[in-house]
Amino acid sequence: MRNRLTLIAANTFREAVRDRVLYNLIAFALLLSGAAVLVGQISIDIEKLVVINLSLTAVSLFGVVIAIFVGIGLVSKEIEKRTLYTVLSRPVRRWEFIVGKFFGLAATLVVNTGCMAVGVFLALLYISHRLQKPDAWVLVALYFIVLQFLIVTALALLFSSFSSPIMSAVFAFALFMIGSFAEDLRGFAAMAKGITHWLASAAAYLIPNLSALNVISSVAHGKPVAASLILYNTVYALCYAAMALSGAVLIFEQRNLK
Amino acid sequence: MPAIEILGLEKTYWGGFWRKRVKRALHPLRLTVEEGEIFGFLGPNGAGKTTTLKMLMGLVFPTGGSARILGLDVNDPQVKAQIGYLPEQPYFYDYLTAYELLAYYGQLSGVPARQCLRKVDRALKQVGLQNVSGLQLRKFSKGMLQRVGIAQAILHEPKVVFLDEPMSGLDPMGRREVRDLIQQLKSDGKTIFFSTHILSDAEALCDRVAIIHQGELKGVGAVADLTAKMDVKVELIWQGAVMPLSMRSLAERCYSGGDLYRAVIKQEDQERALDALRREGMRLLALTPVGASLEDYFLQQVKPADKPVEVTV
Ligand SMILES: Nc1ncnc2c1ncn2[C@@H]1O[C@H](COP(=O)(O)OP(=O)(O)OP(=O)(O)O)[C@@H](O)[C@H]1O
Ligand SMILES: [Mg+2]
Repeated sequence: MRNRLTLIAANTFREAVRDRVLYNLIAFALLLSGAAVLVGQISIDIEKLVVINLSLTAVSLFGVVIAIFVGIGLVSKEIEKRTLYTVLSRPVRRWEFIVGKFFGLAATLVVNTGCMAVGVFLALLYISHRLQKPDAWVLVALYFIVLQFLIVTALALLFSSFSSPIMSAVFAFALFMIGSFAEDLRGFAAMAKGITHWLASAAAYLIPNLSALNVISSVAHGKPVAASLILYNTVYALCYAAMALSGAVLIFEQRNLK
Repeated sequence: MPAIEILGLEKTYWGGFWRKRVKRALHPLRLTVEEGEIFGFLGPNGAGKTTTLKMLMGLVFPTGGSARILGLDVNDPQVKAQIGYLPEQPYFYDYLTAYELLAYYGQLSGVPARQCLRKVDRALKQVGLQNVSGLQLRKFSKGMLQRVGIAQAILHEPKVVFLDEPMSGLDPMGRREVRDLIQQLKSDGKTIFFSTHILSDAEALCDRVAIIHQGELKGVGAVADLTAKMDVKVELIWQGAVMPLSMRSLAERCYSGGDLYRAVIKQEDQERALDALRREGMRLLALTPVGASLEDYFLQQVKPADKPVEVTV
Protein backbone atom coordinates (compact mmCIF):
# COMPACT_ATOMS: atom_id res chain seq x y z
CA MET A 1 0.00 0.00 0.00
CA ARG A 2 2.73 2.46 0.96
CA ASN A 3 4.53 1.61 -2.19
CA ARG A 4 1.46 2.34 -4.35
CA LEU A 5 0.83 5.62 -2.54
CA THR A 6 4.41 6.65 -3.18
CA LEU A 7 4.18 5.65 -6.83
CA ILE A 8 1.00 7.64 -7.39
CA ALA A 9 2.35 10.64 -5.50
CA ALA A 10 5.61 10.53 -7.45
CA ASN A 11 3.74 10.37 -10.73
CA THR A 12 1.58 13.33 -9.71
CA PHE A 13 4.71 15.28 -8.89
CA ARG A 14 6.19 14.33 -12.25
CA GLU A 15 3.04 15.50 -13.99
CA ALA A 16 3.16 18.86 -12.23
CA VAL A 17 6.80 19.33 -13.18
CA ARG A 18 6.20 18.39 -16.82
CA ASP A 19 3.13 20.62 -16.97
CA ARG A 20 5.50 23.43 -15.99
CA VAL A 21 3.78 24.23 -12.71
CA LEU A 22 7.14 25.16 -11.20
CA TYR A 23 7.54 27.91 -13.79
CA ASN A 24 5.65 30.17 -11.37
CA LEU A 25 8.98 30.39 -9.55
CA ILE A 26 10.29 32.62 -12.33
CA ALA A 27 7.46 35.08 -11.79
CA PHE A 28 8.07 34.92 -8.07
CA ALA A 29 11.79 35.59 -8.47
CA LEU A 30 11.13 38.59 -10.71
CA LEU A 31 8.61 39.97 -8.25
CA LEU A 32 10.96 39.51 -5.32
CA SER A 33 14.00 41.07 -6.94
CA GLY A 34 11.88 43.95 -8.18
CA ALA A 35 10.58 44.56 -4.68
CA ALA A 36 14.02 44.28 -3.07
CA VAL A 37 15.51 46.79 -5.47
CA LEU A 38 12.56 49.19 -5.35
CA VAL A 39 12.34 49.43 -1.57
CA GLY A 40 16.13 49.76 -1.38
CA GLN A 41 15.74 53.51 -0.91
CA ILE A 42 13.88 53.35 2.40
CA SER A 43 15.45 52.80 5.85
CA ILE A 44 16.56 49.24 6.65
CA ASP A 45 13.81 48.33 9.17
CA ILE A 46 10.89 49.44 7.01
CA GLU A 47 12.55 47.81 4.06
CA LYS A 48 12.64 44.48 5.83
CA LEU A 49 9.06 44.81 6.98
CA VAL A 50 7.89 45.46 3.45
CA VAL A 51 9.93 42.67 1.90
CA ILE A 52 8.81 40.06 4.41
CA ASN A 53 5.18 41.10 4.15
CA LEU A 54 5.20 41.23 0.41
CA SER A 55 7.18 38.09 -0.25
CA LEU A 56 5.31 35.87 2.21
CA THR A 57 1.97 37.10 0.89
CA ALA A 58 3.16 36.26 -2.60
CA VAL A 59 4.32 32.80 -1.48
CA SER A 60 0.89 32.18 -0.04
CA LEU A 61 -1.07 33.48 -3.04
CA PHE A 62 1.05 31.70 -5.66
CA GLY A 63 0.71 28.47 -3.72
CA VAL A 64 -3.02 28.80 -3.16
CA VAL A 65 -3.58 29.37 -6.86
CA ILE A 66 -1.58 26.22 -7.64
CA ALA A 67 -3.32 24.23 -4.90
CA ILE A 68 -6.73 25.18 -6.25
CA PHE A 69 -6.15 24.96 -9.97
CA VAL A 70 -4.10 21.79 -9.89
CA GLY A 71 -6.15 20.40 -7.01
CA ILE A 72 -9.52 20.58 -8.77
CA GLY A 73 -8.08 18.67 -11.73
CA LEU A 74 -6.22 16.00 -9.77
CA VAL A 75 -9.01 13.47 -9.91
CA SER A 76 -11.67 15.01 -12.12
CA LYS A 77 -9.27 15.34 -15.03
CA GLU A 78 -8.38 11.68 -14.76
CA ILE A 79 -12.06 10.74 -14.81
CA GLU A 80 -12.72 13.06 -17.72
CA LYS A 81 -9.79 11.82 -19.79
CA ARG A 82 -10.36 8.22 -18.69
CA THR A 83 -6.73 7.79 -17.68
CA LEU A 84 -8.13 6.33 -14.48
CA TYR A 85 -9.46 3.15 -16.09
CA THR A 86 -6.10 1.50 -16.46
CA VAL A 87 -5.04 2.57 -12.97
CA LEU A 88 -8.11 1.35 -11.10
CA SER A 89 -8.10 -1.95 -12.96
CA ARG A 90 -4.80 -2.61 -11.17
CA PRO A 91 -4.43 -3.47 -7.51
CA VAL A 92 -4.93 0.17 -6.57
CA ARG A 93 -7.75 0.99 -4.20
CA ARG A 94 -9.73 4.09 -4.83
CA TRP A 95 -8.72 5.70 -1.54
CA GLU A 96 -5.08 5.01 -2.32
CA PHE A 97 -5.49 6.86 -5.57
CA ILE A 98 -7.02 9.94 -3.91
CA VAL A 99 -4.53 10.02 -1.06
CA GLY A 100 -1.60 9.42 -3.42
CA LYS A 101 -2.75 12.27 -5.63
CA PHE A 102 -3.05 14.53 -2.60
CA PHE A 103 0.45 13.77 -1.41
CA GLY A 104 1.80 14.29 -4.92
CA LEU A 105 0.43 17.81 -5.08
CA ALA A 106 1.43 18.47 -1.47
CA ALA A 107 4.99 17.46 -2.34
CA THR A 108 4.92 19.75 -5.36
CA LEU A 109 3.82 22.64 -3.16
CA VAL A 110 6.47 21.88 -0.53
CA VAL A 111 9.20 21.90 -3.17
CA ASN A 112 7.78 25.05 -4.72
CA THR A 113 7.60 26.79 -1.35
CA GLY A 114 11.08 25.57 -0.47
CA CYS A 115 12.49 27.23 -3.58
CA MET A 116 10.57 30.40 -2.75
CA ALA A 117 11.88 30.30 0.82
CA VAL A 118 15.43 30.30 -0.51
CA GLY A 119 14.51 33.37 -2.53
CA VAL A 120 13.00 35.11 0.49
CA PHE A 121 16.14 34.56 2.55
CA LEU A 122 18.35 35.70 -0.30
CA ALA A 123 16.30 38.88 -0.45
CA LEU A 124 16.66 39.38 3.31
CA LEU A 125 20.38 38.84 3.00
CA TYR A 126 20.53 41.32 0.16
CA ILE A 127 18.86 44.12 2.13
CA SER A 128 20.44 43.65 5.57
CA HIS A 129 23.65 41.84 4.54
CA ARG A 130 23.28 39.26 7.33
CA LEU A 131 20.59 37.09 8.87
CA GLN A 132 19.42 37.74 12.41
CA LYS A 133 17.74 35.55 14.95
CA PRO A 134 14.18 36.87 14.41
CA ASP A 135 14.50 35.87 10.77
CA ALA A 136 14.03 32.29 11.93
CA TRP A 137 10.35 33.14 12.54
CA VAL A 138 10.01 33.62 8.81
CA LEU A 139 10.53 29.88 8.55
CA VAL A 140 7.61 29.31 10.92
CA ALA A 141 5.44 31.61 8.82
CA LEU A 142 6.43 29.60 5.73
CA TYR A 143 5.60 26.39 7.55
CA PHE A 144 2.13 27.74 8.36
CA ILE A 145 1.67 28.70 4.73
CA VAL A 146 2.40 25.11 3.73
CA LEU A 147 -0.21 23.97 6.25
CA GLN A 148 -2.67 26.31 4.54
CA PHE A 149 -1.86 24.66 1.23
CA LEU A 150 -2.67 21.24 2.65
CA ILE A 151 -6.11 22.44 3.71
CA VAL A 152 -6.83 24.20 0.44
CA THR A 153 -5.65 21.23 -1.64
CA ALA A 154 -7.85 18.84 0.32
CA LEU A 155 -10.83 21.17 -0.11
CA ALA A 156 -10.23 21.52 -3.85
CA LEU A 157 -10.14 17.73 -4.09
CA LEU A 158 -13.32 17.42 -2.03
CA PHE A 159 -15.26 19.93 -4.13
CA SER A 160 -14.09 18.47 -7.40
CA SER A 161 -15.37 15.07 -6.33
CA PHE A 162 -18.96 16.24 -6.65
CA SER A 163 -19.05 19.43 -8.72
CA SER A 164 -17.71 20.80 -11.97
CA PRO A 165 -14.13 22.11 -12.09
CA ILE A 166 -15.23 25.73 -12.34
CA MET A 167 -17.64 25.51 -9.43
CA SER A 168 -14.98 23.68 -7.42
CA ALA A 169 -12.51 26.48 -8.04
CA VAL A 170 -15.11 29.06 -7.02
CA PHE A 171 -16.00 27.16 -3.84
CA ALA A 172 -12.38 26.61 -2.90
CA PHE A 173 -11.48 30.25 -3.49
CA ALA A 174 -14.48 31.45 -1.53
CA LEU A 175 -13.56 29.21 1.39
CA PHE A 176 -9.98 30.42 1.24
CA MET A 177 -11.12 34.03 1.38
CA ILE A 178 -13.65 33.47 4.17
CA GLY A 179 -11.18 31.24 5.99
CA SER A 180 -8.66 34.06 5.98
CA PHE A 181 -11.14 36.05 8.05
CA ALA A 182 -12.21 33.11 10.20
CA GLU A 183 -11.12 34.86 13.37
CA ASP A 184 -13.45 37.78 12.65
CA LEU A 185 -16.27 35.36 11.98
CA ARG A 186 -15.63 33.72 15.34
CA GLY A 187 -15.69 37.10 17.00
CA PHE A 188 -18.98 37.89 15.32
CA ALA A 189 -20.43 34.51 16.38
CA ALA A 190 -19.48 35.17 19.98
CA MET A 191 -21.30 38.50 19.96
CA ALA A 192 -24.41 37.47 18.04
CA LYS A 193 -27.60 36.31 19.75
CA GLY A 194 -30.19 33.59 19.10
CA ILE A 195 -30.30 31.80 15.77
CA THR A 196 -27.66 34.06 14.25
CA HIS A 197 -25.34 32.97 17.03
CA TRP A 198 -25.82 29.30 16.23
CA LEU A 199 -25.54 29.75 12.50
CA ALA A 200 -22.44 31.93 12.78
CA SER A 201 -20.80 29.53 15.23
CA ALA A 202 -21.54 26.55 13.00
CA ALA A 203 -20.08 28.39 10.01
CA ALA A 204 -17.07 29.51 12.04
CA TYR A 205 -16.24 25.93 12.95
CA LEU A 206 -16.86 24.47 9.50
CA ILE A 207 -14.77 27.05 7.72
CA PRO A 208 -11.02 26.43 7.79
CA ASN A 209 -9.38 28.76 10.29
CA LEU A 210 -6.76 30.09 7.92
CA SER A 211 -6.33 33.33 9.82
CA ALA A 212 -4.66 31.45 12.69
CA LEU A 213 -2.24 30.14 10.08
CA ASN A 214 -1.37 33.62 8.93
CA VAL A 215 1.41 35.09 11.07
CA ILE A 216 2.98 37.07 8.26
CA SER A 217 2.58 40.58 9.67
CA SER A 218 3.64 39.68 13.22
CA VAL A 219 6.71 37.90 11.85
CA ALA A 220 7.44 40.90 9.67
CA HIS A 221 7.57 42.95 12.84
CA GLY A 222 10.08 40.50 14.25
CA LYS A 223 7.69 39.09 16.85
CA PRO A 224 8.16 35.45 17.87
CA VAL A 225 5.54 32.73 17.35
CA ALA A 226 4.38 30.82 20.44
CA ALA A 227 5.28 27.12 20.49
CA SER A 228 1.71 26.32 21.51
CA LEU A 229 0.41 27.99 18.35
CA ILE A 230 2.79 25.92 16.24
CA LEU A 231 1.49 22.76 17.85
CA TYR A 232 -2.16 23.82 17.66
CA ASN A 233 -1.90 24.84 14.01
CA THR A 234 -0.13 21.64 13.02
CA VAL A 235 -2.78 19.43 14.62
CA TYR A 236 -5.61 21.61 13.32
CA ALA A 237 -4.40 21.69 9.72
CA LEU A 238 -3.65 17.97 9.57
CA CYS A 239 -7.05 17.09 11.04
CA TYR A 240 -8.91 19.48 8.77
CA ALA A 241 -7.14 18.23 5.65
CA ALA A 242 -7.72 14.62 6.72
CA MET A 243 -11.44 15.26 7.16
CA ALA A 244 -11.81 16.94 3.79
CA LEU A 245 -9.81 14.15 2.18
CA SER A 246 -11.99 11.50 3.84
CA GLY A 247 -15.05 13.25 2.43
CA ALA A 248 -13.52 13.16 -1.03
CA VAL A 249 -12.70 9.45 -0.61
CA LEU A 250 -16.23 8.62 0.58
CA ILE A 251 -17.76 10.29 -2.46
CA PHE A 252 -15.26 8.82 -4.88
CA GLU A 253 -15.73 5.28 -3.55
CA GLN A 254 -19.39 5.39 -4.65
CA ARG A 255 -18.79 6.91 -7.98
CA ASN A 256 -19.52 5.28 -11.34
CA LEU A 257 -16.80 6.32 -13.76
CA LYS A 258 -18.25 7.63 -16.97
CA MET B 1 -12.67 -23.31 -11.57
CA PRO B 2 -14.10 -21.02 -14.27
CA ALA B 3 -12.01 -17.95 -15.09
CA ILE B 4 -15.00 -15.62 -15.23
CA GLU B 5 -18.46 -16.12 -13.80
CA ILE B 6 -21.00 -13.42 -14.50
CA LEU B 7 -23.88 -14.01 -12.12
CA GLY B 8 -26.86 -11.96 -13.19
CA LEU B 9 -24.92 -8.74 -13.63
CA GLU B 10 -27.31 -5.94 -14.46
CA LYS B 11 -27.07 -2.21 -15.14
CA THR B 12 -29.66 0.50 -15.38
CA TYR B 13 -28.76 4.12 -16.01
CA TRP B 14 -31.02 6.85 -14.79
CA GLY B 15 -31.05 10.05 -16.76
CA GLY B 16 -33.00 13.19 -17.37
CA PHE B 17 -34.66 15.48 -14.91
CA TRP B 18 -35.66 13.78 -11.65
CA ARG B 19 -33.77 10.72 -12.91
CA LYS B 20 -36.96 9.52 -14.50
CA ARG B 21 -35.64 8.27 -17.78
CA VAL B 22 -34.46 4.74 -17.41
CA LYS B 23 -31.95 3.13 -19.68
CA ARG B 24 -31.52 -0.59 -19.25
CA ALA B 25 -27.97 -0.99 -20.52
CA LEU B 26 -27.73 -4.62 -19.42
CA HIS B 27 -30.41 -7.11 -18.50
CA PRO B 28 -29.36 -9.68 -15.92
CA LEU B 29 -26.53 -11.49 -17.66
CA ARG B 30 -25.32 -14.99 -16.85
CA LEU B 31 -22.15 -16.17 -18.51
CA THR B 32 -19.28 -18.46 -17.64
CA VAL B 33 -15.87 -18.41 -19.26
CA GLU B 34 -13.57 -21.34 -18.64
CA GLU B 35 -9.89 -21.02 -17.94
CA GLY B 36 -7.73 -21.04 -21.06
CA GLU B 37 -10.54 -20.00 -23.37
CA ILE B 38 -10.61 -17.26 -25.94
CA PHE B 39 -14.07 -15.85 -25.50
CA GLY B 40 -15.61 -13.35 -27.90
CA PHE B 41 -18.23 -10.93 -26.68
CA LEU B 42 -20.18 -9.72 -29.67
CA GLY B 43 -22.97 -7.26 -30.17
CA PRO B 44 -23.93 -4.21 -32.20
CA ASN B 45 -23.18 -0.65 -31.07
CA GLY B 46 -24.80 0.16 -27.77
CA ALA B 47 -25.42 -3.50 -26.93
CA GLY B 48 -23.84 -3.26 -23.50
CA LYS B 49 -20.40 -4.80 -24.09
CA THR B 50 -18.36 -1.95 -22.66
CA THR B 51 -20.78 -1.61 -19.75
CA THR B 52 -20.28 -5.28 -18.88
CA LEU B 53 -16.51 -4.98 -19.03
CA LYS B 54 -16.49 -1.85 -16.88
CA MET B 55 -18.56 -3.61 -14.26
CA LEU B 56 -16.16 -6.54 -14.29
CA MET B 57 -13.32 -4.06 -13.70
CA GLY B 58 -15.14 -2.36 -10.84
CA LEU B 59 -15.16 0.96 -12.69
CA VAL B 60 -18.94 1.09 -12.79
CA PHE B 61 -21.12 -0.49 -10.13
CA PRO B 62 -23.86 -2.93 -11.16
CA THR B 63 -27.46 -2.26 -10.21
CA GLY B 64 -27.85 -5.97 -9.57
CA GLY B 65 -26.03 -9.28 -9.62
CA SER B 66 -22.39 -10.01 -9.08
CA ALA B 67 -19.41 -11.48 -10.86
CA ARG B 68 -16.42 -13.57 -9.96
CA ILE B 69 -13.01 -13.74 -11.58
CA LEU B 70 -10.80 -16.74 -10.81
CA GLY B 71 -13.24 -17.62 -8.03
CA LEU B 72 -12.96 -14.27 -6.25
CA ASP B 73 -15.46 -11.45 -6.17
CA VAL B 74 -14.53 -8.72 -8.67
CA ASN B 75 -14.18 -6.22 -5.82
CA ASP B 76 -11.58 -8.34 -4.09
CA PRO B 77 -8.28 -6.45 -4.46
CA GLN B 78 -6.45 -9.74 -5.04
CA VAL B 79 -8.26 -10.16 -8.34
CA LYS B 80 -6.76 -7.02 -9.79
CA ALA B 81 -3.20 -8.31 -9.72
CA GLN B 82 -4.22 -11.20 -11.95
CA ILE B 83 -6.12 -9.40 -14.67
CA GLY B 84 -5.27 -7.09 -17.52
CA TYR B 85 -7.69 -4.65 -19.11
CA LEU B 86 -7.67 -2.73 -22.35
CA PRO B 87 -10.40 -0.06 -22.25
CA GLU B 88 -12.28 1.10 -25.31
CA GLN B 89 -10.40 3.99 -27.00
CA PRO B 90 -7.69 3.96 -24.36
CA TYR B 91 -6.07 7.18 -23.26
CA PHE B 92 -3.01 7.55 -21.08
CA TYR B 93 -0.96 10.13 -19.24
CA ASP B 94 0.30 12.02 -22.25
CA TYR B 95 3.22 13.62 -20.42
CA LEU B 96 4.87 10.21 -20.02
CA THR B 97 6.80 8.25 -22.58
CA ALA B 98 5.55 4.79 -23.50
CA TYR B 99 8.38 3.35 -21.49
CA GLU B 100 7.67 5.43 -18.39
CA LEU B 101 3.97 4.65 -18.54
CA LEU B 102 4.53 0.91 -18.73
CA ALA B 103 7.14 0.98 -15.98
CA TYR B 104 4.71 2.90 -13.76
CA TYR B 105 1.86 0.50 -14.49
CA GLY B 106 4.09 -2.51 -13.98
CA GLN B 107 5.02 -1.28 -10.52
CA LEU B 108 1.41 -0.47 -9.69
CA SER B 109 0.55 -4.04 -10.60
CA GLY B 110 3.13 -5.21 -8.10
CA VAL B 111 5.84 -6.35 -10.51
CA PRO B 112 9.12 -6.16 -8.57
CA ALA B 113 11.36 -3.34 -9.81
CA ARG B 114 14.08 -5.72 -10.97
CA GLN B 115 11.77 -7.62 -13.33
CA CYS B 116 9.83 -4.57 -14.34
CA LEU B 117 12.23 -3.22 -16.95
CA ARG B 118 12.58 -6.58 -18.62
CA LYS B 119 8.82 -7.01 -18.78
CA VAL B 120 8.32 -3.52 -20.17
CA ASP B 121 10.82 -4.21 -22.92
CA ARG B 122 9.11 -7.44 -23.76
CA ALA B 123 5.63 -5.92 -23.85
CA LEU B 124 6.84 -3.07 -26.07
CA LYS B 125 8.35 -5.57 -28.45
CA GLN B 126 5.19 -7.66 -28.48
CA VAL B 127 3.15 -4.73 -29.74
CA GLY B 128 5.87 -3.43 -32.04
CA LEU B 129 6.60 -0.17 -30.24
CA GLN B 130 10.21 -0.75 -29.23
CA ASN B 131 11.39 2.05 -31.52
CA VAL B 132 9.16 4.74 -30.03
CA SER B 133 9.45 3.76 -26.38
CA GLY B 134 11.09 7.11 -25.57
CA LEU B 135 8.43 9.23 -27.24
CA GLN B 136 5.88 11.12 -25.17
CA LEU B 137 2.41 9.64 -25.52
CA ARG B 138 0.96 12.98 -26.62
CA LYS B 139 2.82 12.40 -29.87
CA PHE B 140 1.28 8.97 -30.46
CA SER B 141 -1.24 8.20 -33.18
CA LYS B 142 -4.52 6.47 -32.40
CA GLY B 143 -3.30 3.06 -33.46
CA MET B 144 -0.06 3.51 -31.51
CA LEU B 145 -2.09 4.33 -28.40
CA GLN B 146 -4.14 1.21 -28.99
CA ARG B 147 -0.89 -0.74 -29.05
CA VAL B 148 0.24 0.87 -25.81
CA GLY B 149 -3.14 -0.13 -24.41
CA ILE B 150 -2.57 -3.74 -25.35
CA ALA B 151 0.96 -3.64 -23.95
CA GLN B 152 -0.24 -2.36 -20.57
CA ALA B 153 -2.91 -5.05 -20.46
CA ILE B 154 -0.46 -7.93 -20.85
CA LEU B 155 2.65 -6.41 -19.28
CA HIS B 156 2.31 -8.00 -15.85
CA GLU B 157 1.43 -11.41 -17.31
CA PRO B 158 -2.11 -11.54 -15.96
CA LYS B 159 -4.06 -14.79 -15.93
CA VAL B 160 -7.18 -13.26 -17.43
CA VAL B 161 -7.06 -10.56 -20.07
CA PHE B 162 -10.04 -8.35 -20.91
CA LEU B 163 -9.85 -6.50 -24.20
CA ASP B 164 -12.51 -4.03 -25.30
CA GLU B 165 -12.32 -3.94 -29.09
CA PRO B 166 -8.63 -4.77 -29.33
CA MET B 167 -8.51 -4.40 -33.12
CA SER B 168 -10.06 -0.97 -33.34
CA GLY B 169 -7.85 1.66 -34.88
CA LEU B 170 -5.21 -0.84 -36.01
CA ASP B 171 -3.82 -1.22 -39.50
CA PRO B 172 -4.03 -4.62 -41.24
CA MET B 173 -0.59 -5.67 -39.95
CA GLY B 174 -1.57 -4.55 -36.50
CA ARG B 175 -4.71 -6.65 -36.58
CA ARG B 176 -2.80 -9.67 -37.67
CA GLU B 177 -0.24 -9.07 -34.90
CA VAL B 178 -2.95 -8.75 -32.30
CA ARG B 179 -4.61 -11.93 -33.52
CA ASP B 180 -1.30 -13.73 -33.20
CA LEU B 181 -0.77 -12.19 -29.80
CA ILE B 182 -4.14 -13.37 -28.55
CA GLN B 183 -3.37 -16.86 -29.75
CA GLN B 184 0.03 -16.68 -28.09
CA LEU B 185 -1.62 -15.69 -24.82
CA LYS B 186 -3.92 -18.66 -25.07
CA SER B 187 -1.03 -21.02 -25.64
CA ASP B 188 0.59 -19.53 -22.53
CA GLY B 189 -2.48 -20.70 -20.66
CA LYS B 190 -4.19 -17.32 -20.28
CA THR B 191 -7.90 -16.67 -20.58
CA ILE B 192 -8.91 -13.94 -23.01
CA PHE B 193 -12.26 -12.20 -22.99
CA PHE B 194 -12.66 -9.68 -25.75
CA SER B 195 -15.43 -7.64 -27.28
CA THR B 196 -15.52 -6.90 -30.97
CA HIS B 197 -17.66 -6.06 -33.97
CA ILE B 198 -15.30 -7.74 -36.35
CA LEU B 199 -16.97 -11.10 -36.81
CA SER B 200 -14.24 -12.60 -38.93
CA ASP B 201 -11.77 -12.04 -36.08
CA ALA B 202 -14.13 -13.66 -33.64
CA GLU B 203 -14.72 -16.57 -36.00
CA ALA B 204 -11.01 -17.11 -36.48
CA LEU B 205 -9.97 -16.76 -32.86
CA CYS B 206 -12.67 -17.66 -30.41
CA ASP B 207 -13.33 -20.94 -28.73
CA ARG B 208 -16.75 -19.61 -27.82
CA VAL B 209 -18.67 -16.45 -28.41
CA ALA B 210 -21.63 -14.73 -26.81
CA ILE B 211 -23.89 -12.34 -28.65
CA ILE B 212 -25.74 -9.60 -26.85
CA HIS B 213 -28.21 -7.16 -28.27
CA GLN B 214 -29.89 -4.30 -26.43
CA GLY B 215 -28.46 -5.60 -23.19
CA GLU B 216 -29.80 -9.12 -23.60
CA LEU B 217 -27.88 -12.31 -24.21
CA LYS B 218 -28.98 -13.76 -27.54
CA GLY B 219 -26.77 -16.77 -27.86
CA VAL B 220 -23.62 -18.34 -26.55
CA GLY B 221 -21.50 -21.26 -27.71
CA ALA B 222 -18.81 -22.39 -30.10
CA VAL B 223 -19.08 -20.72 -33.50
CA ALA B 224 -19.61 -24.08 -35.23
CA ASP B 225 -22.41 -25.05 -32.84
CA LEU B 226 -24.18 -21.75 -33.24
CA THR B 227 -24.06 -21.73 -37.00
CA ALA B 228 -25.02 -25.42 -37.22
CA LYS B 229 -28.43 -24.56 -35.83
CA MET B 230 -29.03 -22.27 -38.74
CA ASP B 231 -30.65 -23.39 -42.00
CA VAL B 232 -28.22 -24.58 -44.59
CA LYS B 233 -28.44 -22.53 -47.74
CA VAL B 234 -27.79 -23.06 -51.40
CA GLU B 235 -26.38 -20.64 -53.87
CA LEU B 236 -27.65 -20.87 -57.46
CA ILE B 237 -26.11 -19.24 -60.47
CA TRP B 238 -27.87 -19.31 -63.79
CA GLN B 239 -28.05 -17.61 -67.15
CA GLY B 240 -31.27 -16.24 -68.57
CA ALA B 241 -33.16 -13.31 -69.92
CA VAL B 242 -35.23 -12.35 -66.91
CA MET B 243 -35.41 -13.13 -63.22
CA PRO B 244 -38.28 -15.62 -62.80
CA LEU B 245 -40.97 -14.32 -60.49
CA SER B 246 -41.05 -17.47 -58.35
CA MET B 247 -37.31 -17.14 -57.74
CA ARG B 248 -37.78 -13.64 -56.52
CA SER B 249 -40.08 -14.86 -53.76
CA LEU B 250 -37.83 -17.77 -52.77
CA ALA B 251 -34.50 -16.02 -52.67
CA GLU B 252 -33.25 -14.19 -49.62
CA ARG B 253 -30.79 -12.28 -51.70
CA CYS B 254 -30.42 -12.13 -55.42
CA TYR B 255 -27.97 -10.36 -57.63
CA SER B 256 -27.75 -9.91 -61.34
CA GLY B 257 -25.06 -8.85 -63.71
CA GLY B 258 -25.87 -8.83 -67.45
CA ASP B 259 -27.70 -12.09 -68.16
CA LEU B 260 -26.14 -13.84 -65.14
CA TYR B 261 -28.15 -14.25 -61.98
CA ARG B 262 -27.18 -15.36 -58.52
CA ALA B 263 -29.53 -16.18 -55.66
CA VAL B 264 -29.18 -17.62 -52.17
CA ILE B 265 -32.11 -19.78 -51.07
CA LYS B 266 -32.97 -22.16 -48.27
CA GLN B 267 -32.03 -25.75 -48.93
CA GLU B 268 -35.63 -26.97 -48.58
CA ASP B 269 -36.61 -24.68 -51.47
CA GLN B 270 -33.96 -26.08 -53.75
CA GLU B 271 -36.27 -28.36 -55.79
CA ARG B 272 -38.89 -25.68 -56.30
CA ALA B 273 -36.26 -23.25 -57.46
CA LEU B 274 -34.78 -25.72 -59.91
CA ASP B 275 -38.28 -26.46 -61.25
CA ALA B 276 -38.85 -22.80 -61.79
CA LEU B 277 -35.60 -22.38 -63.68
CA ARG B 278 -36.36 -25.42 -65.85
CA ARG B 279 -39.86 -24.12 -66.60
CA GLU B 280 -38.51 -20.80 -67.75
CA GLY B 281 -35.86 -22.56 -69.81
CA MET B 282 -32.87 -21.04 -68.08
CA ARG B 283 -29.43 -22.54 -67.92
CA LEU B 284 -28.18 -23.56 -64.49
CA LEU B 285 -24.46 -22.85 -64.14
CA ALA B 286 -23.75 -23.73 -60.52
CA LEU B 287 -25.39 -24.99 -57.37
CA THR B 288 -23.31 -24.66 -54.20
CA PRO B 289 -24.36 -25.34 -50.63
CA VAL B 290 -23.21 -22.52 -48.37
CA GLY B 291 -22.74 -23.05 -44.65
CA ALA B 292 -24.08 -20.32 -42.42
CA SER B 293 -21.39 -17.96 -41.24
CA LEU B 294 -21.12 -16.29 -37.86
CA GLU B 295 -22.27 -13.18 -39.64
CA ASP B 296 -25.53 -14.85 -40.67
CA TYR B 297 -26.07 -16.00 -37.13
CA PHE B 298 -25.23 -12.60 -35.73
CA LEU B 299 -27.55 -10.79 -38.10
CA GLN B 300 -30.36 -13.21 -37.34
CA GLN B 301 -29.99 -12.69 -33.58
CA VAL B 302 -29.73 -8.99 -33.81
CA LYS B 303 -32.43 -8.30 -36.37
CA PRO B 304 -35.78 -8.76 -34.54
CA ALA B 305 -37.86 -5.71 -33.76
CA ASP B 306 -35.89 -2.76 -32.53
CA LYS B 307 -38.39 -2.02 -29.83
CA PRO B 308 -37.58 1.18 -27.97
CA VAL B 309 -35.44 0.51 -24.93
CA GLU B 310 -36.04 3.86 -23.31
CA VAL B 311 -39.16 4.02 -21.22
CA THR B 312 -40.51 6.78 -19.04
CA VAL B 313 -41.92 5.89 -15.67
N1 LIG C 1 -22.97 6.80 -18.52
C1 LIG C 1 -24.08 6.40 -19.19
N2 LIG C 1 -25.27 6.99 -18.97
C2 LIG C 1 -26.37 6.59 -19.62
N3 LIG C 1 -26.38 5.60 -20.52
C3 LIG C 1 -25.24 4.97 -20.79
C4 LIG C 1 -24.01 5.34 -20.14
N4 LIG C 1 -23.02 4.54 -20.60
C5 LIG C 1 -23.61 3.73 -21.50
N5 LIG C 1 -24.92 3.98 -21.62
C6 LIG C 1 -25.87 3.27 -22.48
O1 LIG C 1 -25.73 1.89 -22.28
C7 LIG C 1 -25.86 1.19 -23.50
C8 LIG C 1 -24.71 0.24 -23.66
O2 LIG C 1 -23.52 0.98 -23.90
P1 LIG C 1 -22.13 0.28 -24.11
O3 LIG C 1 -21.11 1.34 -24.15
O4 LIG C 1 -21.97 -0.79 -23.12
O5 LIG C 1 -22.30 -0.35 -25.56
P2 LIG C 1 -21.26 -1.21 -26.40
O6 LIG C 1 -21.84 -2.55 -26.59
O7 LIG C 1 -19.92 -1.14 -25.81
O8 LIG C 1 -21.31 -0.42 -27.77
P3 LIG C 1 -20.12 -0.09 -28.83
O9 LIG C 1 -20.02 -1.26 -29.72
O10 LIG C 1 -20.65 1.09 -29.57
O11 LIG C 1 -18.89 0.20 -28.07
C9 LIG C 1 -25.96 2.23 -24.59
O12 LIG C 1 -27.29 2.29 -25.04
C10 LIG C 1 -25.57 3.52 -23.94
O13 LIG C 1 -26.35 4.56 -24.43
MG1 LIG D 1 -18.14 -0.47 -26.40
